[in-house]
Amino acid sequence: MSADIKSSTQARPPFFERHAAKLGVALPVVTLAATLGLWEFYIYASGTPAYKLPAPSDIVKATISGWSILFSSLLVTLRIALLGLLSAVIGGVVIAILFTRSRWIEMCFSPYAVILQVTPLIAIAPLLNIYFGFEATIYLSAFIVGFFPVLSNTLTGLRSTDRGLVNLFALYGASPLEILFRLQLPSALPYFLSGVRIAGGLSLIGAIAAELVSGAAGEGTGLAFRITESGYRGNIPRMFAAVLLICLCGILIYAVTSLVSWLLLRRWHESALRQDA
Amino acid sequence: MNQAVLSAALAEAMPSPAPLVSLRDVSKSFDNGTVALEALSLDVFEGEFLSLIGPSGCGKSTALRLLAGLSQVSGGSIDWRDPARGERGRDIGFVFQEPTLMPWASVEANAALPLKLLHLPAGEIRLRVEQALALVGLHNFRSAYPRELSGGMKMRVSIARALVTRPKLLLMDEPFAALDEITRFRLNDDLARLQSELGCTVVFVTHSVYESVYLSSRIVIMAARPGRIVHAIDIIAPLPREEAFRRDPLYGAVCAEASRALHDAMGSADHL
Repeated sequence: MSADIKSSTQARPPFFERHAAKLGVALPVVTLAATLGLWEFYIYASGTPAYKLPAPSDIVKATISGWSILFSSLLVTLRIALLGLLSAVIGGVVIAILFTRSRWIEMCFSPYAVILQVTPLIAIAPLLNIYFGFEATIYLSAFIVGFFPVLSNTLTGLRSTDRGLVNLFALYGASPLEILFRLQLPSALPYFLSGVRIAGGLSLIGAIAAELVSGAAGEGTGLAFRITESGYRGNIPRMFAAVLLICLCGILIYAVTSLVSWLLLRRWHESALRQDA
Repeated sequence: MNQAVLSAALAEAMPSPAPLVSLRDVSKSFDNGTVALEALSLDVFEGEFLSLIGPSGCGKSTALRLLAGLSQVSGGSIDWRDPARGERGRDIGFVFQEPTLMPWASVEANAALPLKLLHLPAGEIRLRVEQALALVGLHNFRSAYPRELSGGMKMRVSIARALVTRPKLLLMDEPFAALDEITRFRLNDDLARLQSELGCTVVFVTHSVYESVYLSSRIVIMAARPGRIVHAIDIIAPLPREEAFRRDPLYGAVCAEASRALHDAMGSADHL
């Protein structure tokens, strides 16, 4: 019995194993197409009006017809989210390095980093809005939510340095800066990059949430405002279109951060290695 | 002193005039109260291959770390013949139990690390790294990454890195403990050859009596709680030795003596 199973698997690995890579792309696409098809069919068959629930085709039409407005809003949101992310990355790394340099600094400030993390952004945003105005609020929110994952992961990375390598550097009289740049930062890189991947998605969420809460309106506003505005006007397809664009933005940010991570780690880190069959 | 005179001196088990480094009544205790070493006195002579063996906790690795300057003595002193020596790692190579390579750096970059930390010019670094990798037979793997290498090859990189500064003293802390026997025998032979080619002094920590007898000109057997020296054996046979030495009656006799001494050194609570 067991011999039979063995010989059959040796001769021909199961279909799923052989095509795992292709299936990984094909299956989600098929699932999505089927869902959209069912949705489209339901709207058509039931005669549901677009202001109640738009069909996928209505959303595409709304995206195209509102493109100039939506796209300029998209750029506003994306710009602020990325600016917040960039600040979070720089801030997180710098603070993580300071924390590992000095126990004093760490003891003084680490509780506040945690407080910043655990306080819901939605609760702080209206306050920030009063003191800084809506644009700065959106930027600060994107920064605040992205900051902690970068800080926390980079800290873990900086502290996971191989003890043997620390001894080796000490043996050759390495300066603290040499230890930082030649040993600690490279060791922390995989952790840092995983923090950036989390922060990327969060910064977009932070920017959108802050924009919704701060009630920004008028020219030069982001996608969150377009959602609110379209809601007031009963333009439901455009609400969906804005959500679609935000979703695509999130995917784009994730894809870019994952790509950067892969490019930097593929030669040496386990997480980026392809499994050998 | 030239090499021929030196080996003659070793062959007659005569101490060289001045040891390369001497540990005098060295003690080491840790913050948790463990006494790792007590009143350890040991001379390391130029050109010798000295092995330290003993049960876990006998302080053999601690002695190595003290020699490397990675840890400071609690009492006693470490005297270098050349006072400038032992300041930093310039004249000391250290091979750890693990290969301890930087996974993000190529073989070449790993081997170059000590020279970069000593701020040598780039051309000089390239030349020396090439030589060191050739010595351990890895010149064709200079751009490989550690994860692409076998355990034995990683250890070779680690040895090349230790040799790249052309150290007078090479300290090795159970470097081959994690390797399979075939790889271990091959690396033993390579190490013996390297040591006689380069004429460096080696202090080698191991758990293996056979390995230490095969490689060493002198074996020091240590006991634990507190860490101390209980026995020393001079092995009067020229270095480097070859496979045939494993069938030499002297080899068998010294292995027996060392094993007996090690057995006596071990209390009931000790394990290798």
